[in-house]
Amino acid sequence: MKPAAFAYHRPASVDEALEILHAHGSDAKPLAGGQSLIPAMNFRLARPGVLVDLNRVTELDFVRRDDRGEIHCGAMTRQRTLEHHTDVIRGAPLLAETMPSVAHAQIRNRGTLGGSAAHADPAAEIPAVLLALDARFIVRGREGTRSVSAERFFTGLFQTALAPGELLVEVVCPPPPPRSGWAFLEVARRHGDYALAGVAAVVTLDERGRCADSRITLLGVGEGPVLAARARKALKGEPPTPAALREAAQAAAAKDVDPPGDIHASSAYRRQLVGVLTRRALAAAFERASAGAGDATKR
Amino acid sequence: MTQQVPVQVTVNGTRHDVVVEPRLLLSDFLRQDLGLTGTHVGCEHGVCGACTILLDGEAVRSCLMFAAQADGHAVTTVEGLASPGGLHPLQSAFHEAHALQCGFCTPGILMTLVPFLRDHPAPDEREIREALAGNLCRCTGYQNIVVAVRQAAADARAHSESESARA
Ligand SMILES: Cc1cc2nc3c(=O)[nH]c(=O)nc-3n(C[C@H](O)[C@H](O)[C@H](O)COP(=O)(O)OP(=O)(O)OC[C@H]3O[C@@H](n4cnc5c(N)ncnc54)[C@H](O)[C@@H]3O)c2cc1C
Ligand code: FES
Ligand code: FES
Repeated sequence: MKPAAFAYHRPASVDEALEILHAHGSDAKPLAGGQSLIPAMNFRLARPGVLVDLNRVTELDFVRRDDRGEIHCGAMTRQRTLEHHTDVIRGAPLLAETMPSVAHAQIRNRGTLGGSAAHADPAAEIPAVLLALDARFIVRGREGTRSVSAERFFTGLFQTALAPGELLVEVVCPPPPPRSGWAFLEVARRHGDYALAGVAAVVTLDERGRCADSRITLLGVGEGPVLAARARKALKGEPPTPAALREAAQAAAAKDVDPPGDIHASSAYRRQLVGVLTRRALAAAFERASAGAGDATKR
Repeated sequence: MTQQVPVQVTVNGTRHDVVVEPRLLLSDFLRQDLGLTGTHVGCEHGVCGACTILLDGEAVRSCLMFAAQADGHAVTTVEGLASPGGLHPLQSAFHEAHALQCGFCTPGILMTLVPFLRDHPAPDEREIREALAGNLCRCTGYQNIVVAVRQAAADARAHSESESARA
């Protein structure tokens, strides 16, 4: 099938893109990597009257590590770049490590960080990882720029805090705190497919080797990425023993999610996956934390 | 009147100056406007991989790009692989290992594997299967495709070793 006709703009700057978006209102859509938008247009599930192609807005394509160790990525950073960029590998390793699970190399060569975040597919890996990392989302409109926390950015099924006419311009990932570790695990039917369920975990130990905090996020099992609050509470202050991890994983599966069932997997199976994957991801993350692998100050 | 976008694109080394309608997919531009029908179209939503081409040397889906977006870029299609001297080594390996049956998936698989082998000169089976995960083949069961990739990689390594031995 073929997309319906649309007017095409290729601005060279964010300001220019914002003007075009404003002029055309809800009929206009930004085009990033096109790896979700163009399939929808080919199926005519999406019929934007105006496309604002961001691929020439070079100011949105950057990766930078600041002196506090935060990693700043422009919205147009390709998923393939996140996978291989040394600043991302060192400063936001969970993001880099997760990339091979996002679609296939051919898709990641075009697909962008900002496009995946703005699309907010509940089964997508990038939103869950950004939520686990407590990333900040820099959003620009004609009126100015605002910073939105990950918890506020993802608001529901394919929904974000972006207002019409606004662009996501940058994502900022804070460095992993000392004594922290991380892991990402998912189960998909085929490598590169959207996951049936997945988990991203960032854990931090205190000086005595107990869990100071954990951010466990689940994908494929809710309306968006789910921050597992019950599991977090279950772990807080506990030494990461197998029993404690099992209890936290059970809390995640039983209380933090109410997974949907579909032709790919039943709700019960997804719940089972959440329990198993959470336990394994926590074990891997705590092992890294205690090995000091996550201690950015040591490197 | 429908908008017309000027596009300068190099395809298999030949420069084309054209104007296109914005909604024209790159896959349709290659097939219909340039007659390069080696780029196959299976699904038009990025899943089957039959339309995979190289954009500035990297594998991408031509069904998930507009022709207008190729402006200023270099595209390589399967027609650009062989040289006047004969088949590309990967094509020869596919031929020898019986890695294709109907051949519908083959152009996309070749275009996926060219940059893969450039980046992974000595891939193991798991890496090969991961690289192939974005290309559907309904005939071969992939077994002989994996054999062909290993063969092509081994040939390329042997070739570069003999080159450096000579140097
Ligand atoms: C075969 C296939 C398999 C895939 N598998 C996976 C998978 O396993 N996991 C996964 O997570 N994804 C998967 N994807 C989706 C892929 O990761 C997309 O790249 C991603 O979802 C969207 O990013 P994009 O840059 O391509 O955005 P686009 O498709 O260009 O845009 C997506 C949406 O975001 C909006 N948008 C884009 N950029 C901005 C911005 N800066 N500000 C505001 N709005 C913006 C667009 O208007 C559009 O509505 C798959 C895609 C395909 C085709
Ligand atoms: S036709 Fe492009 S991926 Fe199937
Ligand atoms: S050879 Fe027929 S689809 Fe692959």
